[in-house]
Amino acid sequence: MLTVFSTTGNYVLLMQKVFSRPQKRRIFWTQLITEINSLGLESLGIVAFISAFMGAVVAIQTAYNITSPLIPMSMVGFTVRQSVILEFSPTVISLILAGKVGSRIASEIGTMRVTEQIDALEIMGVNSANYLIFPKIVASMLINPVLIVFSMWMGILGGWLAMVATGLVSTNDFVQGIRIDFLGYTIFYALTKTVFFAFLISSISGFYGYITQGGALEVGQASTKAVVFSSVMIILFNLVLTQLLLT
Amino acid sequence: MIEARNINKTFSGHHVLKDVTCAFEKGKTNLIIGESGSGKTVLMKCLVGLFEVDTGMVAYDNRNFTTMNFEQRKTLRKEIGMLFQGGALFDSMNVESNVMFPLNMFTSEPLEEKRERVNFVLKRVNLANVSRLMPSELSGGMRKRVAIARAIAMKPQYLFCDEPNSGLDPQTSGVIDHLIREITQEYNITTIVNTHDMNSVLSIGDSVAFIFKGQLWWNGDKETILHTENPELNEFVFGTELTSRLKR
Repeated sequence: MLTVFSTTGNYVLLMQKVFSRPQKRRIFWTQLITEINSLGLESLGIVAFISAFMGAVVAIQTAYNITSPLIPMSMVGFTVRQSVILEFSPTVISLILAGKVGSRIASEIGTMRVTEQIDALEIMGVNSANYLIFPKIVASMLINPVLIVFSMWMGILGGWLAMVATGLVSTNDFVQGIRIDFLGYTIFYALTKTVFFAFLISSISGFYGYITQGGALEVGQASTKAVVFSSVMIILFNLVLTQLLLT
Repeated sequence: MIEARNINKTFSGHHVLKDVTCAFEKGKTNLIIGESGSGKTVLMKCLVGLFEVDTGMVAYDNRNFTTMNFEQRKTLRKEIGMLFQGGALFDSMNVESNVMFPLNMFTSEPLEEKRERVNFVLKRVNLANVSRLMPSELSGGMRKRVAIARAIAMKPQYLFCDEPNSGLDPQTSGVIDHLIREITQEYNITTIVNTHDMNSVLSIGDSVAFIFKGQLWWNGDKETILHTENPELNEFVFGTELTSRLKR
């Protein structure tokens, strides 16, 4: 229990150092663009792949379970849309990103710590926490919503392609289902969750990388901890945010 | 001049530095020597503020570093250059960007001037045509020289070198040692070198502080160290087969 309080305290103290004005604005913008590319755009492939296949699976399972003639086949499109927008894209893709992006951030910063590169920054008078972690947090919070909107689109596209390929549901029915009772608020809900999760992934991973001590083994452990704790926090805050935003 | 006064440092109940008091003079290569685990790296990290001292004080030309806040230290740190054991070059940047990094962070000079300064310091450490190379493409000695170039890019008043010869062959070690000494004299800076290499001690040790079990055990220079009666220091100095044969 003491460790939990101590770790939380250290995390808060680090965030205080992270959230300060960048020492050189021009350098910050350059870093931000680099991070948007490496943390966001390089994840497009995996996000597209997982989203399309998950959308297809949701569509096939829904179509397979509709046995009653009283339920219209447009329900397949409706179910795919709702599950993709409300839960699958913002939460599951964020969990995937916690693995991909979180381990990358923790191992990158952890390696810099054990090879004294962070000490070198400190000696120069650079606020190393701000210099290393802040651009990653901002980049994640900016690019993850873009990735999630892309994931939603790919998920629905995957569902539609699966229906067209299997002939279970016609394009007309599927599109009609997608349009039924659409609420713009669900997109707001999904993107709010996404931004929050992006902050959790980048800040927790940055924290575990920054406090690494030792060598290669400890960098690996920091990376694992970053992924595990980011994922746990995403699951916990998913419940909290859903309760807050949907009730 | 850098002064350490009555420094104490403890880690988890283990008293690493015990009331260390010493002074490091300007224009001299000041060496801190001692066996592994004696506390010399901790002393250096306390001097540069990477570790906070438990008690005692560190002063840079009579400016009390220990009581300075983050902003005051940031200003002073622009006068400090440090060479780390492994070089600590930024992996994601090429040699030019590594050396230019402090200039980018702390000056508003135009790019051409910064590039000129980078080329000058790289030439000063006898490195040419390596600007575009990444740190992973450099040999150990080249990494150290790039790190020295980065450390002196901002024209520091104080230069710290943590085991500059570790992992280097004797010949390259000699090159690094002489480079450190030349830079110290050329720019009249206060240089502190952490080492356990006796070759370095005998070639560049203008002033030598021997740390033993966390205490300042002996103070002298490269001439007096060979004739000391101090048993612990004698054991350290003549501890290798080569030096013991030379003594005989």
